[in-house]
Order: sequence, then structure tokens, then C-alpha cells
Amino acid sequence: MSDTSTESRDAESVIYHVSNLKVQFKLKRPNLFTPHPILHAVDGVSFEIQRGKTLGLVGESGCGKSTTGLALLGLVEPSQGELLFNGIDVRSISRQDMIPMRRKMQVVFQDPYSSLNPRQTAGEIVMDPLIIHNVGTQSERQARVAELFKMVGLRPSQQELYPHQFSGGQRQRICIARALALNPEFIVCDEPVSALDVAIQAQILNLLCRLQDELNLTYLFISHDLAVIQHVCDEIAVMYLGCIVEKTNRANLFRSPRHPYTRALLSAVLQNKNRQINRIKLEGDIPNPINKPSGCRFRTRCQYAQKICSEVEPALEEKSTGHWEACHFDTASPQQETA
Amino acid sequence: MIGPMKQDNPPNSAKQQTPQGNTALKVDNLSVVFDVKGKPVTILSDITFSVERGETLGIIGESGCGKSMTALALMRMIPSPPGRIAGGEVNLNSENLLEVTKKRMSAVRGKEISMIFQEPMTSLNPVYTVGNQLVETIRRHKTVSATEAQEEAVELLRIVQIPAPEKRIKEYPHQLSGGMRQRIMIAMALVCNPKVLIADEPTTALDVTVQAQIFDLLKDIQQKNGTSIILITHDFGAVSEMADRVLVMYAGFKIEEGTLDEIRNHAAHPYTQGLLRSMPELSTDHDAFRTPLPEIPGSVPDLINRQPGCPFGPRCPSATAKCHEMPPMVDLGANRSVMCWLAVEEGAA
Amino acid sequence: METGTQKLTEGAEAGTGVFVFEESTSKPEIKWRETVRLFCSNIAALLGFIVLVVFVLAGIFGPTLYPADPFELVAAPLSGPGEFTLLGADYLGRDVFIGILYGTRATLLIALTATLVTVFIGITVGALAGFYGGMIDNVLMRITEFFQVLPPLVFSMVIVAVFSSDILVVILAIAVTTWTTEARLTRAEFLKIKEREYVLAARAMGASNLRMITRVILPNAMPPLVIAITLRIGITIIYEAALSFLGLTDPDVMTWGKMIGLSRDFFFDAWWTVTFPGLAILLVVLCIALVGDGLNDAFNPKLRGR
Repeated sequence: MSDTSTESRDAESVIYHVSNLKVQFKLKRPNLFTPHPILHAVDGVSFEIQRGKTLGLVGESGCGKSTTGLALLGLVEPSQGELLFNGIDVRSISRQDMIPMRRKMQVVFQDPYSSLNPRQTAGEIVMDPLIIHNVGTQSERQARVAELFKMVGLRPSQQELYPHQFSGGQRQRICIARALALNPEFIVCDEPVSALDVAIQAQILNLLCRLQDELNLTYLFISHDLAVIQHVCDEIAVMYLGCIVEKTNRANLFRSPRHPYTRALLSAVLQNKNRQINRIKLEGDIPNPINKPSGCRFRTRCQYAQKICSEVEPALEEKSTGHWEACHFDTASPQQETA
Repeated sequence: MIGPMKQDNPPNSAKQQTPQGNTALKVDNLSVVFDVKGKPVTILSDITFSVERGETLGIIGESGCGKSMTALALMRMIPSPPGRIAGGEVNLNSENLLEVTKKRMSAVRGKEISMIFQEPMTSLNPVYTVGNQLVETIRRHKTVSATEAQEEAVELLRIVQIPAPEKRIKEYPHQLSGGMRQRIMIAMALVCNPKVLIADEPTTALDVTVQAQIFDLLKDIQQKNGTSIILITHDFGAVSEMADRVLVMYAGFKIEEGTLDEIRNHAAHPYTQGLLRSMPELSTDHDAFRTPLPEIPGSVPDLINRQPGCPFGPRCPSATAKCHEMPPMVDLGANRSVMCWLAVEEGAA
Repeated sequence: METGTQKLTEGAEAGTGVFVFEESTSKPEIKWRETVRLFCSNIAALLGFIVLVVFVLAGIFGPTLYPADPFELVAAPLSGPGEFTLLGADYLGRDVFIGILYGTRATLLIALTATLVTVFIGITVGALAGFYGGMIDNVLMRITEFFQVLPPLVFSMVIVAVFSSDILVVILAIAVTTWTTEARLTRAEFLKIKEREYVLAARAMGASNLRMITRVILPNAMPPLVIAITLRIGITIIYEAALSFLGLTDPDVMTWGKMIGLSRDFFFDAWWTVTFPGLAILLVVLCIALVGDGLNDAFNPKLRGR
């Protein structure tokens, strides 16, 4: 998949260039005589992340969005593909060279309950990255930790406390402080607000946006919640069963979604305002990523599926300027769109 | 935008206009106390509400607000010790469930009042087939032969719209997807066609596209059987989807109650207002991009060392000196009430 | 009630940064004091600790304060408690009390050293197998299974018989045959904890494998291990007793197990010869278990601040 539009862009502005990323997991074989089943978690994904912007990865569970994030961080070994971080091929560099790269990319996980070591105090948790990368003296580190605590809206005196003494929102603040400790350029936010209460979600989203502006951060924002994605992302890629089915900027995606799956996702969002949507209902569940459907992977749940969909896998093509879609048809007919 | 949007009300609004008038479940002054290190902590304080037949009542609140505890209290399933129901009445069929014998209560559970839980994987026993568990539930409540129960199980799976039920019934929980498992749980809850179905976060663990399917199923069943549903959730979207009336809980108190429309558009309690405002929402208004969401500062209060006065007081933007006293429940008529001093002042003015 | 005790803290931005350094430097003490306070609040553990201290002191200073030879014949054979000596004498007329006093040092020394070696081997093997998985796990687990299927007592008897009944050989014989339990337990804990997100978070920060094993996973794997270790000390004492009972220990060293073993034929005629060393074993094993339990609670941050 060659990205013609991206070549014209300034290479400096691209922080992460991903092309044809594939991640496969070998599963346990059911018995000795069958080969290992292969789980294609991520199956040929390409995108670019602009410096200082936020790319949203949206999809349902098992679509490979989290695995993509982990692969970008070098925490999962891709089986194929090119990962260029600031122009450096992350896959080919040695373990030794990877260590300084780690300082530039960090992660905030979904569950602030399990992503903090219960045996460390909040202060120790935030100081850990500084110790690992041998940054500063002990007193400099302590000053930095205090600064980070303030930055994310925690009191420095709370350093003494253990994770279980904090509420969910405060724990996520600790996670964010830890991610910021080494002044990273790029942060993967893997469902950072999904485990939080609604009222707390707003606090964390506001904090992430504020920090992005203050520190010129780049986010890969992974979420299943389109409302959250719409609130924070500049560019959005919709994933289904390991592939990107639609990729465009925020305005395009929410104003004129193209792919049948995107439209179904959008219409499935539960709204709290007084309005009723003509809901596109999807039948059934997501197929098993071990035996994917032939051809287009969405065809088993797609109302527009034709014969060709089971035979040929549609490629991600630029259907209109900056709007990429993987579908054989142009299903987004005018009457399905609203102004 | 996202498909054509009509401004009319959801289909379940038809029921609102023609209330059946008979109450299915009436809860009065329900209080639950937990003993924490020998100190009594009030988890639920005088919860009062009622559910009409065929109606859906949404109970919404943040984690720790007591919404799940309310459900457990209705089923008399509070872990005891340390918990106990300190007072109140739960009236179902002119029978106070808090006073009936344990034996009677276990007959009521499943038969008159059923519950489905958030996590369908942990609610199903992994070592038995789906059919086994369904048949067992059927035979516990009805005197039928094994084959009859088997047939009934298949029929139930058909009702909850599981494809190829004869095949699925032989499968184990882990072979099914999350959505399927939740359908099985619903089927089990429906065995005796209960009057009241309590759904505790039934779709939180499911994907968005599957969530909609489950809500449709619940609505369908409600329409056919006239079941009353108590939907417990933290997601106002889910409430909007399902509920006729809404009860907002905070720190173990019912702080506001009203119809879906009233709560959604004319919320009276500052907490409800804040909760609704703080949610990012899909909108046509693209200028909302990255504008700070209005947040409710702080987090839910600690029930163990509760300060006197309004539970929401410390986080409330419109708190006054008066809020150091406990605000009364102000009845605004027609099942509409709010627990706030602002409402008292408005009424006086 | 996981809403936390920090009600007033979040949202209130008025942090007083002035106190940061003061607090940070005094942190270790606070942590220690807290642990000690918690431990002391557990009566059973405290009691166990006190009894254990008495035994340890007796083991260290007893022989100096009460110079005697445990092998010396001082009383009439099989004389009862109070007749010639405090706790009676055995079939050769050796003082049971002096035997126990002198046996304390050797018994505790063997038990502690053997436990340390056992736990060290077990945790190392288990941690490596659990952390790396794959081929390393396979090889290490097959080795573990090999040691597991050998009957440990017979195996250690063979070792002692082949080499010598030197005290060091006895310690190693016990360790080499019994480390598999700890290895399996550690591996299971590692497999479980390895999946937690904070381990992934540590890796995302660039933590080395060694750091992840020793600083991230191991502390969280400790609770069941601490219990296992305390039980292991008890088992080792009993194990040493069994070896002594069979006469497979250093003949020049008096241990509790040896006392029981030597007097086994006279149990019905002279109960004191077996009962008092047996009680000493029971008391020490029980106290160690109580202390272990108390330590585990005291070190668990979740139980702190309550």
C-alpha cells in the first residue's frame, strides 16, 4: 500500500511511519498432529502519525488496535512491516539502541488498577523511569517527581501513598505522570478513560489535551468510544479484525463516514441527547481472528455484501481526498448521509 | 452526521402516555449498613422508588454510589456479614420481600424477580454446558421432565435470538462470544417469566455493536411479557436507550428522580447536570473539538468518614452555607423528586 | 469502599511543594515503623516472635552460659524428669535438657541454611522458567520434574550415604531434594504476574529483564512464597530430624531429631526422652509459621494505614 499523499508531506512532521505492519501470535496446537493455529492480530496496517497531533484507532474488542499500539512501542514483536520512529527503523536496531528510544515513547494503559505496581508508592512509581534510565541525582529526581505530580494535578505529599489508596482517576493521573517522566515525544494512550467513571473521564481527557498543548506531545489514542475519539483525535483509523477499513481526518469521518462498518459503529453509539437515529444494525458477532472470512473480512456482517466480497479482499484506497476506505463498493449513498 | 435524525421521542415513549397504573415493585426507605472494622457505615440511605409494570427504570450513578447494592438488596443478596439491610420495605405482589422467610425468598428469586449481571463469563459456570445450566434452572423452578426442560431450554434460546439453538445448547460458555453469553444469561433470567428483571450493567463488558443488539432484545422481551426492568448503569447513553424513568444515585442517596426526558433536559440536581455535561458526545458541532469538557472536580466521597450535610456538597459548584445541613427530598410531583436545597428555595420563591 | 481515603485531595490543587524533600527523606523510616507497628498488632505473630527469639538466644548463648557436653553421661540411664536432671536422662544417662539446649544451635543452623539454599534454588529456577517461558521453561521444568519424581528422603539418604554425614552434606542433601515445590510455586506466580499491566508498563519504560524479575515481579510474588518459606523451615527441621532418626547425620553434632531418633526404642518406658525434643520442634515450627504469617501481613501495603 503506497501512500502517495504522504510523500509530499514534510518528513519532519511525521513522527511515526508505519507500513504494512503485521503481528501474528502462534497459539497452542490442539493436538500434536495439527500445525499451530496462527492468530493474525494485526494484518497489514499502514498509517502515519503527525508530530503534535493525535491519531485515533477505533474498533471493537479483538480488532487489533491495542496490539498495534504495543507493536509501535516495541513491546510486541511484529512478524512483518516497517516501523519508522523519527525516521529510525525500530525493528532493526539493537536492544541496546532501543533503550534511548524508549525514553521518547511511552504508554498509558486502560486499567489504572492493574498498571501500577501495588508494592510501590506513587512516588516510587513515577521515579522508576528516572532510575531505569539513570537520569539525574537523587534530589533532582525527587524534584522532578514533585513537578510531575503537580503537572497532573496531584499533591506532592501524595507520593507516600500506595496505589490502592487512590481513586481510579487519581491512579490514571499517576500513570500519566509516569509516562511523562522522561519527557517523551510520543505517547500511546490505550483506552485511557474506558475504565473510569463518566465524571472522571472528563477530567482525564482535559488533562491529556492540556498536556499535549503544553508539551507538544503526539498521541496514538486507542479507544472503542467514538465520542471520546471525536473529542480528541485529529486523524482517525477504523479497524476491523486486524485491518484498517477506513482512515481519514476527524471532520470527514464524522460528517461523511464511508465504510459500512464505520457507519454501523457510529449509529450504535448510545446517545444521551433527545434524538433518534436510523440505526444500522449489525447482525452477529465479530468473527474469530484465527479463521477469518475469505475476501473482505467484514462481509459476514455487511448488508451490502456481494459475491465479489467473499473472493477478493478490498484494498485500502483513497476514495476522495484524504479519505481512505477498504470496500469494493461506494455504499455511502447520499440518502444515507446527512448534511 | 450519523444517519437521519428525527426529533421525535423513542418508541418506548408510547408507554409513558398510557401507564398501566399497576405497580410491580415498590421500595420504601431501603437502607443498607455495612460494618467496617466494627463501625457501621451506611451504604444506602432511605432509597424509595417504585417500578410500574412494563416500565424500565434506569438507576444511574458513578461506581461506589450504591446502585449495584440496591439491586443486591432487592434480591436480598447483600453479603452478610458485613452487610445488613437496616430498614425499609420491598413490596412485590403485596408481599414485603424483606420479611419473608429465606425459603420463600429463594422461591421468589428467579421466579418473580431475576437478575442479570455485568460479566457474563463469570456468571456462567465454565464446567457445564449452556444447556445443562439452563435445564437445571428450569427444573429448579418447575416440575417438568428432563426432556421437557430440554425443549424449553431450546425455546428460550430461540427467544433470546441465538442462532441454531439446538447446537448451541451443547456448547460450553467459553465457546461462546460475550454477546452470546449475555443472551444465555438473559434466557436463564427469563425461565419463569419474572415480573421484575434487574439488569446490572448488562452491556458494559460488550462491544458497542453488540450492546445495541442486547438492548433491542431486552425491549422486545419487555414488550412481549410486560416485564418491568430495572437497568443499573453508569452510562447515560444506555439509560437514554432503554429507560422510561431515571433515578440518579450519589453516595448511597437517591438524589434525583424523574422521567427520562425531565432528567435529560431539565436536570434539577447540580450533580446530574454536571454528569450530563461532562460526557463527550458525538455531535455535528465540530468546534467542540478539544474544548475542555466541563468536569466535576474531585471524586466520590468516602462513605466511611462521611461529613455531615449534603453528600455532593464538597464537589458542588452551587454549594452554599446551607449545604452543611442535609438537604430534604423535595417532591415535585408525579414521581419527580430532587434532594437539593436549591429546589427548596425555588419552591419557596 | 474502594473509594479511597483521599477524599479531599483530588482536584484540590493547593499542593505545598515546600515539604517534598522532608517527606521523601523520612520515607524509609515511616515505612519501617509502619511495618513494625502492624506486626506488633498481630498478637499471635508477636508471641511466636518472642518464643523464637528465646530459642535463638538459647542457641547462640546457651552453650557459653551453661558449659557442658551433651554427650556426657551425667545421670542414671532413663531417669525421669526431676530425678537427677531437669528433663530426665536418656538410655545412656545423657541429660535431655542439655541435649535440647545444645541441639538448638545445630538444628536451627541446619534448618535455616538448608531453607536458604532450597529457596534460593527454587526461586531462581522458578523465576527464570516463569519469566522467560518457551524453551527455557520447558528445560527447567523437565529438570524440576526429574527431581520431583525421586522420593526426596531416599534421595537425600543416598547422597548422605555416598558422600559423608558431614553437616554441610546434610544441608545440601536436604536442599537439593526439596527445592521443586518453591520452583513450581514461583513459576506459577511469575506466570500470573507477568501478564499484569504494570509489568508491561515497566517494560515500556525500558526496564531490564533483571530489574523486572527482581524489582517488579518478585516482590509481588512474595506473599505465597513467604508462607512457603516459613513452612519450609519447619519441614527442614522435621526433615533433618528424619535423617538423624535414621542415623544419617554428623555423629559429633547433637540435634533434636537425633535425640528423638536415638531414643525411639524407649518411647514407652521413658516418654521424656522423645517428648521434650519433639515439643521443641513443634514449638519452633509453629512459631516460625506464625511469624511468617505476621510478616506477610505487615509487608502487604494494602493492609497498611488501617
